[in-house]
Amino acid sequence: MSKSNLKSGQKLAEHRLGLLDTLESEAIHIIREVVAEFERPVLLFSGGKDSVVVLHLAAKAFWPGKVPFPVLHVDTGHNFPEVIEFRDRTVEKLGLRLEVASVQDYIDRGVLQERPDGTRNPLQTLPLLEAITNGKFDAVFGGARRDEDKARAKERILSMRDEFGQWDPRNQRPELWNLYNGRHLPGQHVRAFPISNWTELDIWRYIERENIELPPLYLAHEREVYSRDGMWRAVGPVSMPTADEVVETRLVRYRTVGDMSCTGAVESSAVLISDVVLEVAGSTLTERGATRADDRISEAAMEDRKKEGYF
Amino acid sequence: MPQTSSQAPAGAFVDAAGTLVVGGADILKQSRTLLRFATAGSVDDGKSTLVGRLLHDSKSVLIDQLEAVARTSAERGFGGEAGGLDLALLTDGLRAEREQGITIDVAYRYFSTAERSFILADCPGHVQYTRNMVTGSATADAVVVLIDARKGVLEQTRRHLSVVALLRVPNVIVAVNKIDLVDFSESVYTEILDQLRTVTAELGLEQVHAIPVSALEGDNVVERSTRTPWYTGPTVIELLETLPAIDEIESDNDPFRFPVQLIIRPQGGLVAGLNADEFRDYRGYAGQVASGSIKVGDEVEVTPGNFKTKVVGIDLAGKAIDTAFAPQSVSLRLADEFDLARGAVIGAVGTLPEPTTEIHAELFWLDSRSAVPGTRVLVKAGTQTVQAIISSVIGRRNLDTLAIEGTDELKVNDIGTVVLRLATPVPIGDYNQNRRAGAFLIIQPQDGSTLAAGINTNAQFDEFDI
Ligand SMILES: Nc1nc2c(ncn2[C@@H]2O[C@H](COP(=O)(O)OP(=O)(O)O)[C@@H](O)[C@H]2O)c(=O)[nH]1
Ligand SMILES: [Mg+2]
Repeated sequence: MSKSNLKSGQKLAEHRLGLLDTLESEAIHIIREVVAEFERPVLLFSGGKDSVVVLHLAAKAFWPGKVPFPVLHVDTGHNFPEVIEFRDRTVEKLGLRLEVASVQDYIDRGVLQERPDGTRNPLQTLPLLEAITNGKFDAVFGGARRDEDKARAKERILSMRDEFGQWDPRNQRPELWNLYNGRHLPGQHVRAFPISNWTELDIWRYIERENIELPPLYLAHEREVYSRDGMWRAVGPVSMPTADEVVETRLVRYRTVGDMSCTGAVESSAVLISDVVLEVAGSTLTERGATRADDRISEAAMEDRKKEGYF
Repeated sequence: MPQTSSQAPAGAFVDAAGTLVVGGADILKQSRTLLRFATAGSVDDGKSTLVGRLLHDSKSVLIDQLEAVARTSAERGFGGEAGGLDLALLTDGLRAEREQGITIDVAYRYFSTAERSFILADCPGHVQYTRNMVTGSATADAVVVLIDARKGVLEQTRRHLSVVALLRVPNVIVAVNKIDLVDFSESVYTEILDQLRTVTAELGLEQVHAIPVSALEGDNVVERSTRTPWYTGPTVIELLETLPAIDEIESDNDPFRFPVQLIIRPQGGLVAGLNADEFRDYRGYAGQVASGSIKVGDEVEVTPGNFKTKVVGIDLAGKAIDTAFAPQSVSLRLADEFDLARGAVIGAVGTLPEPTTEIHAELFWLDSRSAVPGTRVLVKAGTQTVQAIISSVIGRRNLDTLAIEGTDELKVNDIGTVVLRLATPVPIGDYNQNRRAGAFLIIQPQDGSTLAAGINTNAQFDEFDI
């Protein structure tokens, strides 16, 4: 066993990739593997920072060629207008095809019902799965990270989905070295998570280093907000305060940008990405704990949604 | 009141130089490198608790996570009247895991110290989920194997150490855990080391670092214990901060090897703003450097075909660079045009292995369908997937004696040796020299399941030929 241990005196590599370069290289390798081995990949693109980073990595992976797959947005109808504007601009700049699966359409057609709490995150699953089936997509890139949630922490980089889009966490395919096995039966598809191993801090440091444009919401701005469930909620058409919730103007930013009706802002004075990096590095709360009302409901909220085919 | 994001955890401050310091560490230090490690050992030996302890003591647990753990610990009466934190809850993330109090699949966790960033794979101990432990260990630079000080070396300890030996994990740490439950006894510790020595000698594990720890109470994990004065070696975290990562060991010392993932020929679909004339004939071979390094101007050889050519350019997403090294993802431009496809390998001249149609392999068999001679499979090595047949099954490791015994069948969780015949020649390397060159998957052709983790060792298997 020649190399099983480093012998004393053996020379260590002079070249050593730093953390961000290691993560970037791993992600580009994964994106290229999926494009090489699948017929019809698609990237879930919401305009949120994680999907923006995946798109940036995809652009790097195929330079000087264009990103060789379309992007898909599951639009809850509760998105921040700034994010939709950013989404459209980004897609146009890169010359990509955008498909939109609209939750509002499903509600209008009576296929989905609005929930009593008004949250639309759980309603995304059906439009997502139908968009995958109709588009005949066999690989779906997502920007999920394992540090986001305990259920996500268990997911493979290439994760199989059955015909119903379900994730079976008790029976995941082994994943060995950097050899990704994406073979699947007709009807099944694969979710691919190139930034699985990135933390929130890695994402922000990479955005800073690469000078990646984000929707303006991610930086501190003044906004009319009120306090609910220990979060600052924006005043908006789908997030109106009740009579006894006091509206005030505060300097806030968002750590995630999702459904306006359940995404909270944090008070912040971070006007530059480098300020955000410092805030994130010093933060005492996880990203979801701080800003997602729907994930606070139960310890296994995410696992339950994922089993049904959620992102 | 809602959270202000700028509230820093206790002990965090911005120092005079403007660096943010958390838990005594400059967590934004640019030179930080990455170490991937996994936990292993039998059920209940304390893997998840150790992970929780590492996260907790390195101040990587955020308030809301800690509150959730405290709440659940209290509901279950953990630590009795006094209360306490069941740190295993930090990683056991699936509903079934929390209900049954076991780990089913690998949980990946992330934390940093002043020296390094870590990706930690908390693996299950139960024999039924050994395939998940193999998943967690395959990419690991180091594995921490836990042993319960009251129980010593168990069958699962031997199984996991066999996996670690099979995968050639370069750094092995054995944590003799629950040392608090044996009164911090040195003699119990040395007795376990004696048991361990027989095992590691049999498996050919040359160098193993042993540490007495209490994952629950924190002795010798991050903080040095005052209750084990007879132990003078490093703590778990000190080892993890200093052990070399695989790429440090393999990168420069090995010849350049580059499996081609795909060919970038943008033609019509060029990035907006680029000059179409300039890129009309662009042809980049995209891949990740598997080992060694390459400079513009270097001569290389290409297989299949045995062509020789020169590297005229290295692109990293629009930036031309001079040198690329493992594990960078880049695109190479070559002086001559070849009809290369995915699966081709570019390497330093005279170093690429001769493509072969026969592999003598060590395997970890992951599937409940056994391997028998004549089984038709697919072999995925690097960026190539080819049809193959298991032409013979040679031996399997007996986990009691650790000897390799003759057999003609490999069952789930067996470590064994086989000969594979491939339909197409593959330039597979020797895993002992370079993991990315010699590792492969065995895949079920119909349903696509991964049947085995394979390792090419070029061994001749004479010792246990029967
Ligand atoms: N006294 C004591 N108990 C421990 C120690 N480490 C773990 N345990 C307990 O052993 C049990 C199993 O631990 P766990 O981390 O779930 O084991 P795993 O199955 O290897 O992940 C739990 O009840 C832990 O609290 C230790 O160092 N000392
Ligand atoms: Mg466990």
